[in-house]
Amino acid sequence: MTTGQLTPWVIGADLGQVVLFLIGAPLLVGLMRSIRCRMEGRIGPPVTQPWKDLRKLVAKQRTQPVQSTIFFASAPVVLVASTIVAVWLTPLLSTQVSLVGGSDLFAVVFLLLLGSVSMSLAALDTATAFGGMGSSRLMTIVALAEPALLVAILALAAPLHSSSLSSIVVASLHHPVWLATPQRLLSFGAFVIVILAESGRLPVDNPATHLELTMIHEALILEYSGPDLALVNLGENLRLTFMLALLSNLFFPWGIATGTGGWSLPIALVSLIGKVAVLGALVSVGEVGVAKLRLFRVPELMAGAFMLSILAVLSALVIA
Amino acid sequence: MTTLEAAVAILGALGVGAAAFPVRARVVVAALFTILASLCALVVGIYELRTGHVVTVVSHSVIPVTGIDLRLDAMGAVFVSLTAVVAIAASVFTIGYAQHHSMSRSAAGAFPLFVVAMLLVPAAWSVMTFMALWEVMALASLVLVLSDYRRSESVRSAGLWYAVLTHVGAAAIALGLLLLAGHAGGQGFDAIISHSATMSSGLRGLVFVLLFAGFASKAGAVPLHVWLPRAHAEAPSAVSALMSAAMVNLGIYGVLRAGDTLLGGGPAWWWIMVIVTGAVSAIYGSIHAATSTDLKRLLAYSTTDNIGLVFIAIGTAGLLSASGSRTFAALALFAGLFHLVNHSIFKGTLFLSAGSIQYTTGTRNLDSLGGLLSRMPVASTIFAVGSVAISALPPLGGFVSEWILLQSLLHGLSNSTTVTIILMPLSVAALALTGGLTAAAFVKAFGVGFLGIPRSEAAERVVEPPRLMNFGAGTLGLLCVVLGLAPMVVIKGLSGAVRSAQPGSGSAVDARGVAIALRGAHGVFEPTLIALALGVAILLVGGLRWLLSRRLAVRRAPAWGCGRELQTARMTYTATSFAEPLQRIFDDIVQPSRDLDVSHREESRYFVESVRFGTRDADAFERTLYRPTFAAVRAIAHKARLLQNGSIHRYLGYGLAVLVIILVVAR
Repeated sequence: MTTGQLTPWVIGADLGQVVLFLIGAPLLVGLMRSIRCRMEGRIGPPVTQPWKDLRKLVAKQRTQPVQSTIFFASAPVVLVASTIVAVWLTPLLSTQVSLVGGSDLFAVVFLLLLGSVSMSLAALDTATAFGGMGSSRLMTIVALAEPALLVAILALAAPLHSSSLSSIVVASLHHPVWLATPQRLLSFGAFVIVILAESGRLPVDNPATHLELTMIHEALILEYSGPDLALVNLGENLRLTFMLALLSNLFFPWGIATGTGGWSLPIALVSLIGKVAVLGALVSVGEVGVAKLRLFRVPELMAGAFMLSILAVLSALVIA
Repeated sequence: MTTLEAAVAILGALGVGAAAFPVRARVVVAALFTILASLCALVVGIYELRTGHVVTVVSHSVIPVTGIDLRLDAMGAVFVSLTAVVAIAASVFTIGYAQHHSMSRSAAGAFPLFVVAMLLVPAAWSVMTFMALWEVMALASLVLVLSDYRRSESVRSAGLWYAVLTHVGAAAIALGLLLLAGHAGGQGFDAIISHSATMSSGLRGLVFVLLFAGFASKAGAVPLHVWLPRAHAEAPSAVSALMSAAMVNLGIYGVLRAGDTLLGGGPAWWWIMVIVTGAVSAIYGSIHAATSTDLKRLLAYSTTDNIGLVFIAIGTAGLLSASGSRTFAALALFAGLFHLVNHSIFKGTLFLSAGSIQYTTGTRNLDSLGGLLSRMPVASTIFAVGSVAISALPPLGGFVSEWILLQSLLHGLSNSTTVTIILMPLSVAALALTGGLTAAAFVKAFGVGFLGIPRSEAAERVVEPPRLMNFGAGTLGLLCVVLGLAPMVVIKGLSGAVRSAQPGSGSAVDARGVAIALRGAHGVFEPTLIALALGVAILLVGGLRWLLSRRLAVRRAPAWGCGRELQTARMTYTATSFAEPLQRIFDDIVQPSRDLDVSHREESRYFVESVRFGTRDADAFERTLYRPTFAAVRAIAHKARLLQNGSIHRYLGYGLAVLVIILVVAR
């Protein structure tokens, strides 16, 4: 079990993973885009393109709709900050975390919810029809995804009687066979569906188009430009990367550092990057063959995820 | 302390005298007496929670025959203190409110009476004292709900619904308590407690069902909630705040008192009933809150939803306690009480600020608000704080209570009986769906009502409400922040209440420095540090943006909106359009009444002259459960008229028949 001692090593590892994610998130999105381009027979932009876009956006002037308030101005900051805190709280490189009382799966879920809510409010603050549309759709999907997500968490937490992230990761690490149990597979399925919905990927939302009427995310951020848009994009990239990393560490924590040994951190770093890159590649390969669902078909998908997670809890308790 | 407890009652009695004062002074007098009584009660409540000394007032001279019997234990003290805090804020708010709105004599007299009855109900320690105070509370609140009865028909109809449901509830409670008293041979709670264990299990079950139904109708649980969206919406906002943040709590208090103290716990099926009622209320309430467009109706439905969550927690506590896991039962009870405290504070904040909005704009309809944040920044910020708290977002109180609720359900699973394996995941799902829908409901309420551009002239010309109104609402708003950043301040008191309800369970939750630690389980939570981390991260990211973009000033420009010119308020999303996807998804549950009216030109049906579309929130239970019941009662009453045809001979015959029956039965 984790001790929660605030050694410089632990703090360093935690801050290191925040920096890693800030640098790596746009690169992951670049990688996913170029894989998709290749699969579709195009060459596509280089992997570093998202970073180049960010640099270009940052140099521009900030623009804000006339009547908009502090909610519009602060939403990108809150989005990035809440995701950074979630990254900091989660054991991604090392099973030791600096804030034991915050490294909790439920807490992380509510931090991510804070990001979604602040973006939704910002969209309503623009007083445009597109903003309202994006906001309404985002909150609908968030509300419907929540039951599947929390029950899937319950399936992981129930056998351990704890929702602490480090306990779950350590338990997965110590019982490799445990990965192949029905409850893990079922809750993995539920997690994947919820993560795709929450990060605006296919089949819920299409990140590759710019047709605002059919979309959720693009309608939501329509009024952002310049440095604010850069923050929004960075925040969205961070969220996607974080969710994939969370998924990989909850279910395949191999390689994560458990001690403070000399080579443990570099090994953890390489394995985390590898796992997240593989998961990202799988998502983009999957997206090539899938079409976007109608908005009113999304509840069915979420109900499916919810059923998976309920089955996961039941099998966790009945079999175990 | 005894003197202070008696002072609460005396101040309340004196406060009724406010009715005699002229119109300006009336409100101030009523509010001052209410504040004084609440302060006394708060001191008594906090004293009891800190020391654990039971405060007792027994007098046989005040009321003849039955006397008055008050005893405040830790469980009661939680409710008394909570009511006192909300009542102080609501009274301050009322003084501000009445600067431009007069208050009728009956309302001025009923206001202190209502608050004092609520302050004394949790201390009542005999059946007669309890029922008398309960009735005073019900009647005084009814008078207050009807304050604006001249304004519209809907106020009168709300009053009628409330009067009927609250009295059906009171009848069920009276019957349950009388059954208990009859068995015990005395009406004091002590006598009942010492005899209730010897009752037959069938009778105990009947008593619990009666008491639960009665108290659930006060708490606003489905299907007895129908009075709530009507009465809370139509009552003056300070009264709505008191009802929603203090009175419904007493329904919860009643269930705890009846189930844990008077009956001393019960079999699993009681608590399954409580959990299922809670889950249904939570989901039903949150769906309606997410689709309502009337601000106060939205808040009322969200009360049903939060009360449902508390019922889930106390049901879980009872279930676990019935199966012997006392530590986790204490945790679940703690979670329920902690959520109740949070709910009272944030719902008080929200109702009072909704009152400010209604006061300044003259409407509760979100569809005709908008852009309030820039016109009344203080009042809007208070509403924003309440919204963040109720949506369980970090770093405010709702976040902490949601975490504890989830932990209590998670640990409820450690006792793996078939019932818990089925109920706990479904409760978590109910909690999660409720959480998501509540976030959607309050993004809608705040985003549509306070951000963007005004959708009506009233919203365009709005200014800040009187200072005292903001002060009353703001005090509770500040407490939302305190509960989020330093929840430790209430943990010790609540643990005491949990111990008094479940003797021998020990404290469920400990506060160690800034950490909240679960006793007997692996769970630590440091909301203060999460909030700190969030604050630091926001400062860093915001600072970085400022550094990178400081060369050029922020440009204010018309919204782009995909190049659309001339964006007017009519093009923006309203609360109705915001809720449309959710309404479509939950159509079977919401069942709004819609009317579409298309009129064509005379020349040809291909040319439409005008289209009128109206939609109104309706309550499915009202149509499917209550209307048929009313129709049946009316039909029976109609049939019963045959008995009474005006013939004296027949009436004498009835008398004879009844006499014969009595003689036969009695002998």
